[in-house]
Amino acid sequence: MSDPLLSVRDLWVSFTTYSQTSQVLKGVDLDVPARSQIALVGESGSGKSVTMKAIMGLLRTPPARISRGQIFYDGRDLLAMSERDRVALRGTAMSMIFQDPMTSLNPVFTVGDQLGTILKYADRRLKRPRGRAERIARVHEVLGQVRMRDPERVARSYPIQLSGGMRQRVLIAMALLSEPKLLIADEPGTALDVTTQAQILKLLKDLVVERGLALLMITHNLGVVRETCSHVYVMNQGVVVEQGSTADLFAAPREEYTRSLIAAVPRLTGGTRYGTREAAR
Amino acid sequence: MSRPLLEIVNLSKSFPVRNAFGFTKTEVRAVKNVSFTIGRGEVYGLAGESGSGKSTVARMIMGLTEPTSGEILLDGENIAGGKHSHGRKVQMVFQNPGSSLNPRRTIGQSIAVPLAAHGQPSADRRRRIAELLDMVQLPAAYAQRYPHELSGGQKQRVAIARALAVMPKLLVLDEPTSALDVSVQARVIDLLVDLGRQLDLTFLFISHDLSLMRNFAQKIGVLYLGEIVETGDTAAVFENPRHDYTRLLLASVPVVSAEEEAMRPAIPLIDGEMPTAEQLLALRLQGQQQNQN
Repeated sequence: MSDPLLSVRDLWVSFTTYSQTSQVLKGVDLDVPARSQIALVGESGSGKSVTMKAIMGLLRTPPARISRGQIFYDGRDLLAMSERDRVALRGTAMSMIFQDPMTSLNPVFTVGDQLGTILKYADRRLKRPRGRAERIARVHEVLGQVRMRDPERVARSYPIQLSGGMRQRVLIAMALLSEPKLLIADEPGTALDVTTQAQILKLLKDLVVERGLALLMITHNLGVVRETCSHVYVMNQGVVVEQGSTADLFAAPREEYTRSLIAAVPRLTGGTRYGTREAAR
Repeated sequence: MSRPLLEIVNLSKSFPVRNAFGFTKTEVRAVKNVSFTIGRGEVYGLAGESGSGKSTVARMIMGLTEPTSGEILLDGENIAGGKHSHGRKVQMVFQNPGSSLNPRRTIGQSIAVPLAAHGQPSADRRRRIAELLDMVQLPAAYAQRYPHELSGGQKQRVAIARALAVMPKLLVLDEPTSALDVSVQARVIDLLVDLGRQLDLTFLFISHDLSLMRNFAQKIGVLYLGEIVETGDTAAVFENPRHDYTRLLLASVPVVSAEEEAMRPAIPLIDGEMPTAEQLLALRLQGQQQNQN
């Protein structure tokens, strides 16, 4: 029986503003086994982003306060370790793919510069010796891994010279630089066109499987969950209301909330009747 | 009587591309010979991705952009000349209610703007605002609130109320629910369908969400690089897409059930990847040329 790579236990988070305190997470439990694809799905305000930020250590405290709970990564409690150890893990053992490619990339540096800098600091944190030439080689290698046709040219480009889909690929490359074991993706591809989103999701899924990574996907799109993940956690108002394998959950949701969430998705096959009953009369 | 509410005939729009000195270099043809008609009380869906020209078509119908050529007939009257008298007949609901409502105006003040612009006597305005809020199922007291006090769905209801203020015949909906959660989206669409029945409205629904379009629009036009590549009854187009681009769009939609999955057309992968629209169309062209040889 091996422990999961990431495990969140009874996590409580509250936010304090002025005199008001609101409990945003109320005892969240979550497991991400190694080499698995897990989705955390919920509507706005459900607490999925706060959960993700707590895992990555990106919550600003205050206003946030983690009042109870543990987050284990590879058996070590992230909430109990020193800030220094925590920082060493971030971006290296676990890394994040952000949602919006335009705001996550610096417009005045080339893609190669930005990836190189990130790698340089990651190397420094992990005390990995790596020369400049090796660093550039690694950047080109990772850009190749996200299926860029001409990695050298992409590395020389500024973000504005790339299409939306290519920028999203750069962000994926950024997350892969230090060969993490856990990838956390925040609504990947939501800012993109459907056809581009389909390409990005396919790429992400292929990468995770072929490199043996674990994926935690945060999304509000149930279709995306079904396409990419094997296990789902459904969140509502700070609690996980239901979890299960993707196939089971979509075929037979147990909770009323999950059922209503799935029912609200319009179907490609048609059949959704819009308009309230009173008006139809 | 049988005359369609909106007829668009060979509509084109080119934008000049200028070099650094302000001289015109070339043109971008954003919309190329687009024609379609919307019957009274119908919902027409215009599907397309970014750069397809769908927003340019909407802006021309609204009179915000002047067409290069072509006709836009509303109730048989050509409105392509840039006259603003048709503002009473056509109104628009924008994508992001957070930015289309003025944060420093109360909801009531925002709704009063089109009333004042179209000459509604001010004595009557308060009653009309309450009536409009009631139409979109918001309490009349919301007129005193500011946009930041409302949720996304409520703000979009206000935007709909504002669009309905001048009793238009055609409502242009530009991605009206893409910023909303699915459950909220369902309620906003419910509301639009109800209002359409009550007020005899016609909708032009612009979106990239094909699943929603399947359930909301009776007819659909698929725009790709400024051209309508496929058009017809929504059910027919979805069940039997003929153009490669439509097939690619349908194949790209993430779905939630096995029945939907079975309905998505199969798309040939290129190097193990989903092809882009250009790649797929180029591949098809190659195949056709080989067949001819």
